[in-house]
Amino acid sequence: MQPFTTHTGVVAPLDRINVDTDAIIPKQFLRAIERTGFGQHLFHEWRYLDYEGTQENPDFVLNQAPFRQATVLLTRDNFGCGSSREHAVWALTDYGFKVLLAPSFAEIFYNNCIKNGILVVTLKTSEIEELFHDVLQNPSGKMTADLPAQRVCGPTGKRYSFEIPPFAKECLLKGLDSIGWSLQFHDKITTYERKIQISKPWLK
Amino acid sequence: MSKTLYEKIWDDHLVHEIPGATALIYVDLHLVHEVTSPQAFEGLRVTKRSVRAPHKAFATMDHNVSTRTKDWSRIPEVSRIQMETLSRNCQEFGITLYDFQSEHQGIVHVIGPEMGLTQPGMVIVCGDSHTSTHGAFGALAFGIGTSEVEHVLATQTLQQNKAKSMLIAVDGRLGFGITAKDVVLYLIGQIGTAGATGYVVEYAGSTIRRLSMEGRMTICNMSIEAGARAGMIAPDEITFRYLEGRPFAPKGAQWEEALDFWQQLKSDADSRFDKEVHLKAEEIKPQVTWGTSPGQVTAIDGAVPDPQEFSNPLERQAAINALTYMDLKPGTALNSIGIDKVFIGSCTNARLEDLRLAAHIAQGHKISPKVQGIVVPGSDRVRRQAEEEGLDKIFKDAGFEWRYSGCSMCLGMNDDQLKKGERCASTSNRNFEGRQGPGGRTHLMSPLMAVAAALEGHITDVRKYLR
Repeated sequence: MQPFTTHTGVVAPLDRINVDTDAIIPKQFLRAIERTGFGQHLFHEWRYLDYEGTQENPDFVLNQAPFRQATVLLTRDNFGCGSSREHAVWALTDYGFKVLLAPSFAEIFYNNCIKNGILVVTLKTSEIEELFHDVLQNPSGKMTADLPAQRVCGPTGKRYSFEIPPFAKECLLKGLDSIGWSLQFHDKITTYERKIQISKPWLK
Repeated sequence: MSKTLYEKIWDDHLVHEIPGATALIYVDLHLVHEVTSPQAFEGLRVTKRSVRAPHKAFATMDHNVSTRTKDWSRIPEVSRIQMETLSRNCQEFGITLYDFQSEHQGIVHVIGPEMGLTQPGMVIVCGDSHTSTHGAFGALAFGIGTSEVEHVLATQTLQQNKAKSMLIAVDGRLGFGITAKDVVLYLIGQIGTAGATGYVVEYAGSTIRRLSMEGRMTICNMSIEAGARAGMIAPDEITFRYLEGRPFAPKGAQWEEALDFWQQLKSDADSRFDKEVHLKAEEIKPQVTWGTSPGQVTAIDGAVPDPQEFSNPLERQAAINALTYMDLKPGTALNSIGIDKVFIGSCTNARLEDLRLAAHIAQGHKISPKVQGIVVPGSDRVRRQAEEEGLDKIFKDAGFEWRYSGCSMCLGMNDDQLKKGERCASTSNRNFEGRQGPGGRTHLMSPLMAVAAALEGHITDVRKYLR
């Protein structure tokens, strides 16, 4: 995983609450057995007018300049709810998104983002509201996210601090191989397994 | 110090903890299906890692499978590749697979419990958000992403932070014709689709205690639709009776030993929850969703709301979007909404009890000629049992199609889909835009309500069939 420290990019405002992972990547694209190539299908039903995805919907934010080049997604409450499909995160990264901002995220989706090196920034509803306003006023303006400082800087220069669980921060900063990290506790896992073989012998 | 059920299971599975950072918790049972696992197995191959405890993982094929055929040659190529990939991965890594021709095949959250794999006190994970279903047995069960699937395969543990705890108590007697599905839809309507985000929910109260295991599974299943990490119900005699004698349930002396352990799995009387919600069973009527989020739900005697009545501007806009997508006008009585398809199935409502209840309503009636109705058993075992009881004949006589098991039209990753503009009365769990097929419109409800809708060709109150 690529380490994340800071990122500066164009912000796309997606003004909807409860954006579910079916909307982020519809089911017809889940049959792939690779992790790549999902970006072209990101938000498929909103982004295209036809099922085949040949006609862009001009009303959708990612089809409008300059948001087409966005690498930061500004959105609303409960983003990523529903299915656990990590394909939703693979679609966002494959499109080019590096940072997501919202007042809240669904939990499995949040974890999936961290495992894929996407910075997930949770801000207060009023701050997100302010950012929506500022982004729409300055559509070409860029936003900078600084993970070590736990701070984002909006297109008007206004700064916002954010909280992030310390371990999620460490994983992102180091681009941590999560499995490798856990395997350093191999002996503890073995000890636990020996213990339950005796205390819970009915477990297979 | 007193502990909640969640805290007891958490402490019992703690392998290692780094305070303030993360913890490693042990996974007792890992369920695997064809859609969210291929990249995980590929990850193991690339990093030359092995599966730590292949005997603790069980795989099946459910999302992609056709419910019309058991013939490999009739499965479309893209689906077949994913299914064959699962076969190869399970063979290579030594994992038991119930493939789509197996007599044990079924929706992963139906076969786990019915085979006795799901047991109280376990930590159970699967690359599927409806893993919360298994919490009905007093297990800590939740969905994970594919990277975490790979992590569990390699380490048999998961990195977790402890969640907050929420008690949801439902007390009183449910009215005639009111099911677990109505309870959980009502709950989501009350607390919202993010109402339990960050929490592990424990369901309690006299209403929950009286529910069968099937009903409890329906409730825990949809915990994720309220945003919860997991939903759970302390095991009791109903749980133990359900489990005894199932293929993977402990036998003989080990059954007694397990039972002693399971009987301690409940929240201590004075345990504290971070949040509590109390509901009265008597206030719950049959529920139907009108929008594109499970929280956009109301009672059958209600009407499609006017978005202008929502004080929160974001919810107002969400309601406007939903009504546009659903092609519904404010004030429309729910029981006047015509439907094209009826889907009885999914990990929420396709167990034998669900099918028995549905058949009870369907018996002796014919579905509306303008409706296509499909009944999709949750597993091949459920299908066989239903056929032994003659339920298939009741459904077919009423005009329903009787299918093989699978996820089917719950998510439309297979050949069961809504066409653009079609409206469906569905016993599944999500009414998201496009969920059952691009442009399809979903109304979530109980199996009883779905059958009643099929009979009349529009959404209706099933209770008149029960008088």
